[in-house]
Amino acid sequence: MTAKAKKNDGVVCLSIMDDMTIYNAHSLKETLLGYCVPGTQELQLDLSAVAEIDSAGLQLLLSLKAEAQKCGFTLRLLRHSEAVIEVFELLKLGTYFGDPIVFPANWKKS
Amino acid sequence: MSEINPALETFAQEVDELLTAMEDALLVLEAMPDDADCINSIFRAMHTIKGSSGLFGFDDVVAFTHEAETVLDRVRNGERAIDAELIAVLLACKDHTAQIIQHFLINEDEPLPEALQQQSQALITQLTGQAAVAGGMPSTQQEKADHFEVDVNTSDSSDNWVISLAFKQNSLRNGMDPLSFIRYLQTLGKIIEVIITMPTIPRIEDMEPEDCYLNFKIAFNSSVDKKTIEDVFEFAEDDCDIHILPPHSRQEHYLQLLENMQEDQVKRLGEMLIEIGALTEKEVTHTLNEQRDDESAETKPLGEMLLEKNILQQPVIEQALKKQESVKQKINKESNYIRVDAAKLGYLINLVGELVISGAAMRLMVDKHGLSDVDDVASTMSHLVEDIRDTALQLRMVQIGETFTRFQRVVHDVSKELGKQIQLQITGGESELDKTVVEKINDPLTHLVRNSLDHGIETPAERMRAGKPEKGTIQLNAYHDSGRIVIQISDDGKGLDSEKIVAKAIAKGLVKADQVLSQSEIYNLIFEPGLSTKEEASNLSGRGVGMDVVRRNIEALRGSVSVDSELGQGTTVTIHLPLTLAIIDGFMVEAQKERYIIPLSMVEECVEMSSDEWQIDEVQHYVNLRGQVLPYLRLGDFFHNNKKHTHTQRESLVVVRFGEAKAGFVVDELHGENQTVIKPLGKLFENLNGIGGATVLGSGDVALILDVQGLIQHAKKRVNPALALS
Repeated sequence: MTAKAKKNDGVVCLSIMDDMTIYNAHSLKETLLGYCVPGTQELQLDLSAVAEIDSAGLQLLLSLKAEAQKCGFTLRLLRHSEAVIEVFELLKLGTYFGDPIVFPANWKKS
Repeated sequence: MSEINPALETFAQEVDELLTAMEDALLVLEAMPDDADCINSIFRAMHTIKGSSGLFGFDDVVAFTHEAETVLDRVRNGERAIDAELIAVLLACKDHTAQIIQHFLINEDEPLPEALQQQSQALITQLTGQAAVAGGMPSTQQEKADHFEVDVNTSDSSDNWVISLAFKQNSLRNGMDPLSFIRYLQTLGKIIEVIITMPTIPRIEDMEPEDCYLNFKIAFNSSVDKKTIEDVFEFAEDDCDIHILPPHSRQEHYLQLLENMQEDQVKRLGEMLIEIGALTEKEVTHTLNEQRDDESAETKPLGEMLLEKNILQQPVIEQALKKQESVKQKINKESNYIRVDAAKLGYLINLVGELVISGAAMRLMVDKHGLSDVDDVASTMSHLVEDIRDTALQLRMVQIGETFTRFQRVVHDVSKELGKQIQLQITGGESELDKTVVEKINDPLTHLVRNSLDHGIETPAERMRAGKPEKGTIQLNAYHDSGRIVIQISDDGKGLDSEKIVAKAIAKGLVKADQVLSQSEIYNLIFEPGLSTKEEASNLSGRGVGMDVVRRNIEALRGSVSVDSELGQGTTVTIHLPLTLAIIDGFMVEAQKERYIIPLSMVEECVEMSSDEWQIDEVQHYVNLRGQVLPYLRLGDFFHNNKKHTHTQRESLVVVRFGEAKAGFVVDELHGENQTVIKPLGKLFENLNGIGGATVLGSGDVALILDVQGLIQHAKKRVNPALALS
């Protein structure tokens, strides 16, 4: 299982439990697709357990964001892990997703 | 006339060359009015002459050429069509320019005579269709300002590299992670902005998560060069389209580098851009491959493709192209030629001649004393001397093409004058021969071409009647044959009428009425003095050079001339000339203790002359050489008429060939090849029969150089005196 979900009144909170890499991109996509259904008003992704993210994972996030805009639900990214923050920093993506990023206190400055 | 100063002399030479180029181009234009190269070359001629004349203060020249230039500029811009009329006026302008410049060269400070000034006015009127403002000096030419607009649409990312990465569909599966490249890029500088686009991405349900849809556009601030940045993406090359656009500050840097680039050779655009670092080799190869693979009708130039693909900004490419053009022009101007005083060259060749002689002397001493260790050194040296000799002689060699093209004008003018339509075809213009020979052959050639124009080619009406194309053709051809150059002038005109020639020759008492002559002998009668078949004189003849003078001039160059013709079909005059007049490869023989040199190029073979096996006709002087009748001469007897020759020792027969004619020389001994420096004989001996010159041997002895052509004729004469002419 790559993710576990809590549903609550149209708001889905999904914790990604695995790396977001090409190796599990397929199953991750299927999982995410399952929540892009009418009735979903907000999709929250908890990224705290994502130890690794690569282009395939990033691509998924980007297309999910696009999809959310199209279908009219909100995509919220929560509790970015270090790996995610690093990529968002690299590509200046923070503003694109528009979610507050909480830097952990022991954030290594690279 | 005072001595012309050197600068003026250079100017005169330059003008001469430019005007010649202009004339050539005009004549080409006549056939192909759209040839842009020609129009440019004419424009350049006028433009450059105007510029240089300005330097010397020849205001009249400037004023005149300015008008011509203006008209030409309009032609160049397609505002005025070029037609036969304009070409005729421009040809006249070319002549006129030469005239007025000549005037100023001789009388530097005197004003232009009235006549020339009027001619200037008249030509300008013809050129422009309106009178020029008299005496008005043209304002200095406003050259187009050298500026180009700075591209503003990239200025938002003012000083950053713009890197575009378009990853291909399979790149993720191939183990590429675009992020890792960008991470690595970060180590080289600062990533200012990243724009991610996914132009081909479908809705999430159709998306293939293992495909790559990502395109990046990265604004990157760094001081590294383009190559380093390109290297970052080296591994991604196959899976990604990479474009790296340099920042503005770089651009200026590139422009600077272009400015300072050495101007010693014309480079290709790609090479230049790689050299300054604006392009990487990969980019160039890639673009060039694309250019080659592009099979559409028009392939775009490299510069345009680079722009289109957004690899490089416009100013850099423009500047590079401009630089390339300026280098090209500069190199053209220098032309890689050095002008050398002909006298200096003559002196050098003389020295080389002496070197050849002393080389031979050394060789002799080495052989005489049997110094085997010196032998190697000596033979290396003789090789070098031989090379030096060839190179030195090569210096004097010029292509005959230039002489030939001069006749374009003659043909053009004369055919107009005569109301005939004639075209000149030139082949073999790249054949080289000694400059002195070229100079001396010019007059005879002119005469022969004029002859063809005047007497050979018929009027259009006559040609139509004879079933020939209206336009007559004169061909000038040159080629090398056994160490000599052969020049042919042929026309497809009416040909020589042998009956008329014989009748005239009999009337002049050149041949007897009952004499039997072969066709070629009849044709060659036209070279006899006083023989002319033309019925009416025209202003083309009467240059005081008859065909006999033509032959004499050519023979003075140790050449020969012959004519062949077919009535109604045309005439071909063939001239054989030696390539050089100074040093030849000779073949040394000995007869009655006297040494002779035969030009090696004329020696066909050497055979033993044995009375047992040979059918020798001692009375008629011919031998049977493998079934061929070969006239022969005993050199010993020929040059020592008073001595009685005894046939005791073994004799050799040297078979020589001159053109079609062959003969044998009987000699006592063969000495082999020898580099022969031709020394002219003194005035006293100039008319000696059968001797063309002399040379000094290594031993200090003198050997005579045989005039093979004369001797062959002599030998033939003895075989059948009835055939001999006069």
